[in-house]
Amino acid sequence: MAGASGSASNRPLSPHLQVYKWGPHMLVSILHRATGDGMALVGVPLLVWWLYAISAGPESYAYFQSWFDWFYLGYIVLVGMSFSFFEHMYSGLRHFVLDAGAGYELQTNRMWSIAVPLAAIITTGAMWLYIASKNIL
Amino acid sequence: MGSGTNIGRVRGLGSAQEGAHHWIVQRVTAVSNLLLVLWLVFSLIRLPNFEHELMVEWLSSPLVAVPMMLMLVSIFWHLRIGLQVLIEDYVPDHGMKFGLIVLLNFFAIGGAALGIFSVAKIAFTGVVA
Repeated sequence: MAGASGSASNRPLSPHLQVYKWGPHMLVSILHRATGDGMALVGVPLLVWWLYAISAGPESYAYFQSWFDWFYLGYIVLVGMSFSFFEHMYSGLRHFVLDAGAGYELQTNRMWSIAVPLAAIITTGAMWLYIASKNIL
Repeated sequence: MGSGTNIGRVRGLGSAQEGAHHWIVQRVTAVSNLLLVLWLVFSLIRLPNFEHELMVEWLSSPLVAVPMMLMLVSIFWHLRIGLQVLIEDYVPDHGMKFGLIVLLNFFAIGGAALGIFSVAKIAFTGVVA
């Protein structure tokens, strides 16, 4: 890469963060990584713990549920994980379109970058309204 | 980076000829994650409750146990590649980077094994307790 000569060179630097104007395409990119890593480091270990607790018997499952019930922790984590999933899902679908070489026009890119988090919020809200209406959690 | 010169190839700076492999696997597992996690979400919210007895009965069905195991493979494969990119982007020290990627592999394979074994145990032993 060009950086091999280090700071001694006097070549123009690429614009850095403080020069960029904040835009929805930056937000959706950052959210994609944050939600993916969040699910990988929090959601998936919880999923495995849940399956392990079921397999280990009722006492083990009750212990899992006691953590879930502690100070709404389960709801906070599950709402966060469900939003993370839908955000990552819609953002991933956007990436499939970009992979095909489409959607790079400025207005189109901007439109879908705004649509992705909005769709994720609406889907998460709809799912929890459905859960609340059925009173299963 | 040594794109094809002899000394570049000797130093291992040339193309490894498999640069697109992770890229493709990340997308294939993205599609399977899409199908399998949506299956999990819709299955879970349609259950009447989450009591232990029902969970065991639900997971004992082959039509639940099999997609659950496939989902674990798909998810852990996808996250292994994703977290490797995270490590490669933010950890500049080569030794630390190497060690973290080894830990990531242990986490991904160990987590998937624990999850799959748990599902298998539920499916094969059914309601015992």
